Amino acid sequence: MPISSPIAVALVGNPNTGKSTLFSALAGIRQRVGNYPGVTVEKKVGSLRIDDRQFTLVDLPGTYSLAPRSPDEMVAVDVLLGREAGQTRPDVVLCIVDASNLQRNLYLVSQVLELGLPTILTLNMCDVAQRKGMQIDIARLERQLGVPVVEMQANRRLGVDPLRSLLARFESYQPVVASPFPKAFAEEVAQLEMRLRDTHVRPAPRFLVERLLLDTSGYIQHALLDGDVAVRRDVQQAIDEARARLSKINLAVPGVEAVARYEWVGRVLEGVVTESQQRPARWSDRLDHMLTHKVWGTLLLLALMVVISQSVFSWATPLMEATEGLVGRLGDVAAGALPAGALQSLMVDGVIAGVGGVLVFLPQIFILFFFIAVLEDCGYMARAAYLMDKLMSQIGLSGKSFIPLLSSFACAVPGIMAARVIENRRDRLVTILIAPLMSCSARLPVYTLLIAAFIPARSYLGGWVGLQGMTMVAMYLIGMVVAAGVALVLKKTLLPGDTPPFVMELPSYKLPSIKVVAMRVWERGWAFVRRAGTLILAVAIIVWAAAYYPRSAEVDAPYERQLATLAQARTKAPSHDTVALSRIDAKESQVQNELAGARLRNSYLGRAGQAIEPAVRPLGWDWRIGCAAIASFPAREVVVGTLGVIYNLGNEQDEKSPGLRVNLQRATWDNTNRLVFNVPVALSLMVFFALCAQCAATLVVMRRETNSWRWPLFAFAYMTSLAYVGALITYQVGMRLATF
Amino acid sequence: MSDLASIKVGASAAVAQIEGADDIAMRLMEMGLTPGVDVQVISTAPLGDPIEVEVRGYRLSLRRSEAARVKVETS
Repeated sequence: MPISSPIAVALVGNPNTGKSTLFSALAGIRQRVGNYPGVTVEKKVGSLRIDDRQFTLVDLPGTYSLAPRSPDEMVAVDVLLGREAGQTRPDVVLCIVDASNLQRNLYLVSQVLELGLPTILTLNMCDVAQRKGMQIDIARLERQLGVPVVEMQANRRLGVDPLRSLLARFESYQPVVASPFPKAFAEEVAQLEMRLRDTHVRPAPRFLVERLLLDTSGYIQHALLDGDVAVRRDVQQAIDEARARLSKINLAVPGVEAVARYEWVGRVLEGVVTESQQRPARWSDRLDHMLTHKVWGTLLLLALMVVISQSVFSWATPLMEATEGLVGRLGDVAAGALPAGALQSLMVDGVIAGVGGVLVFLPQIFILFFFIAVLEDCGYMARAAYLMDKLMSQIGLSGKSFIPLLSSFACAVPGIMAARVIENRRDRLVTILIAPLMSCSARLPVYTLLIAAFIPARSYLGGWVGLQGMTMVAMYLIGMVVAAGVALVLKKTLLPGDTPPFVMELPSYKLPSIKVVAMRVWERGWAFVRRAGTLILAVAIIVWAAAYYPRSAEVDAPYERQLATLAQARTKAPSHDTVALSRIDAKESQVQNELAGARLRNSYLGRAGQAIEPAVRPLGWDWRIGCAAIASFPAREVVVGTLGVIYNLGNEQDEKSPGLRVNLQRATWDNTNRLVFNVPVALSLMVFFALCAQCAATLVVMRRETNSWRWPLFAFAYMTSLAYVGALITYQVGMRLATF
Repeated sequence: MSDLASIKVGASAAVAQIEGADDIAMRLMEMGLTPGVDVQVISTAPLGDPIEVEVRGYRLSLRRSEAARVKVETS
C-alpha cells in the first residue's frame, strides 16, 4: 500500500468564532507553533488521523476578509493559493462561521469559495443562535450554498465527529467556484488576467488578479508585480483603465466588492434563518448596556483593574514566597552536595539563584495570563478597548493597546504577549516597545529599599499625603509619561503611517470556558518558559562567571588567614562557653561577607563597575552602584541582592533588610568619608530602574512576538539611554535644588 | 444627507454610501456597512467616542471620524 502524503486542511474564519477551540478539538495536543518567515503571524499546524489517513491542519489567522493590505494579511491568502513556501496547497478548506452572526461571516465564505477548493462549512455556536431565537434551516443553507454544512458547538465537542466523517470523504466534493460579481466585472478580470499572462513569468492565480483590480491601497500590486518598470507601468495603466470603465457602469472599485458579496449573502440566506418574532431580552444586551455605559462602564473597568491587581498581588505573593523558599532550599541542597569551589558556586549562585530569580515571577505571569484569557474569552476585552480608545488615541495608539499596557504594570511578559490582539502591525510594535516602561513589580524591591532608606517619612495635609508614598507614585508616573512620549515619537519618526481603522467587532458575551482558558494559559505560559528559559539560564551563567572570576589567592589571603585564626579560636574555646562561640560565629560570618565583597570587587563584573565609574559619576553613583546595575541585566530585582554582596553583607539581603538599608546609608566613596547616598542619588537610581530594560525575559518575549532580534535590541538601547539621561537629570537637578 | 456620527443614541438609519476608497472605507464595507443596510446606534463611550452600533445582527464599534464616512438616509 503506497504511503500517501498527508491531506492538507486549512482552517479559516472570522475572529471570535471559536476557531482555536475547533482546532484543538480536531488536532488535540498534536500541534506545533512557529512563525511564517518575515512576518509576525503565528504558524499553527496540527495533525489528525481519520480512518487510517493522515491529515495536516493549518490554523490560519482569524480574519474578516481575504483582502490583504499588509504582509501579515497576505499570509493567509498565500497559504490558500499554495504560494507559501514550505506549505502545500490545501486539499480542503474548513470554514468556521458563527451561526448567530451569519451575514457578516458569509462575506469571508464568499471569498473562500472563489478559490475553487473543496470547502466544508462549520456552523459553530449553534447554542448562541438558538438562544437568540434563531432557527437555521441547515439543509436549505447547504443547497443554496453548494457546500456541506456541519452544525457544531466546538466547546462541547458537539459536531466534531460528523465533521471528521465529512473530512474523510472530502475527495467526493466538487470544488465550487462561485463568483458573486456581475458579469461585466468578471470580464474585466479575465481581460486583466490575459494581459498579465502575456507579460509575466510567474502566472498569477485568478483570485489575485481579481484582488489586483479591487485593491485600491496598492499593496497587492506591490506584492504581485515584478518585472521591469515599463511592464509594471503598462499593467498599472491596464488596471486604471479597467477601473475607469467599471466606474462608468456603476461598478466602481472597491465598493463593488462589498455590494456584490453581501447581495450574494442575501441570496444564500434566503429562507434559511427565521427569527422568532418575540426577540428574547438578551442578557448579553443588558450586560453590555451596563458594561459600556459611559459612567458605570468606566467605573466597572477601573474596579476590574483594582480587582485584578489585588488578586495578582495576593495570589501571587504566597506562591512567590513558596518559590523563593524552594529555590533557597534547592540552593542549600546543592551547596551541601557539591564540594566548595567553582562548580558549587556555579550551581548555587549562578544557575539556581539566577534562574530562580526569574522563576519567582512565574506565578504572577501565569495569573495574569489567566485573567487576560478570561477577559478575552468572555468578550469583555473588546469593551475595555472601546471604553479606552479615546484616551489611547491621545498617544497615537488605539483602545486595543489598553489591556496589554495595563497588564505590563504587573509584568511586561504577559502584556507583550497580549499585544497579539492588535491587528495593525505598527500599533502592535509600538505597544510592545513601550510596555516595559510600565513600572512592573520587579521594580518594587528597588523602590521599597531606596525609599525606606533615603526618603524621609514626612507627611503633609494631616497625614493624607506622605512623602514616601508620593515618591512611589512619582516613579510609576515617570514610566507612564515617558511611555506616552516615546509612543508619540515612534509614531512620528520610526514607524509613521496612517491611523489604522478602529472598526472593531464587539462579540457577544459568553461564559468563559474553563477548558479554553486553561488551554490558553498553558500554551502561553509553557511557550514562555521554554523560550525564555534557555536564554535566561545562559545570561545567569554569564553574569555569574563575570562575578566569580577571576579568583586570586592574593585577594583571598588576608581573609583566609583571619578565618584560620577564628577556626583555631573555636577549637580552643570550651564547648560550654556559648557567648564566646557565638561571638566567633558572628565574626566568622562578617569575615566571610568581607571576603565575598573583596572577591566581587576583584571580579570582571567588579572591574567593569569600576571602569564605568567615570560614566556613572555624573549620576551620583559610585562604582558599586554601577556594578549592581550591570549585574541586574537578567532581572531587575537582582540589583538588591548584588548591592548586598558589594556592601559586604553577603547575599541573603532583600529590600526589607535593615542591615542593607543601614549599610547603604553609611556607604562612602572609596578612600573618603564622603557619603555615597543622599536623596538625589537615591532618586537617580530609582529613575534609572524605572526606565531601564534590565529584564532578559522581556527581551526574549519581544523577540518571539516580533520575530526578530532587531526590536528587542532597539528597546534595550533606547530604554538604557533614556534611563541614563533620566538618572543624570534627576541627580544634577536634585543636587542643585538641594542646595537651596 | 447626514452621516452615522450625527445619529442619536437609540435611533436607526439606512446606509446610503461609504465615503472614500481607502483602508477605512474598505473595512467599513467589509464589516457590512453597505448601501441599503440598517444601522442602529446603541451607545457612545466616555467623551462620546467611539460609538457602538448594531448592523446585520451584530455589534460594531467605530470612531466618530470613521462613522462620519458612513452617509445615511434619515428615515
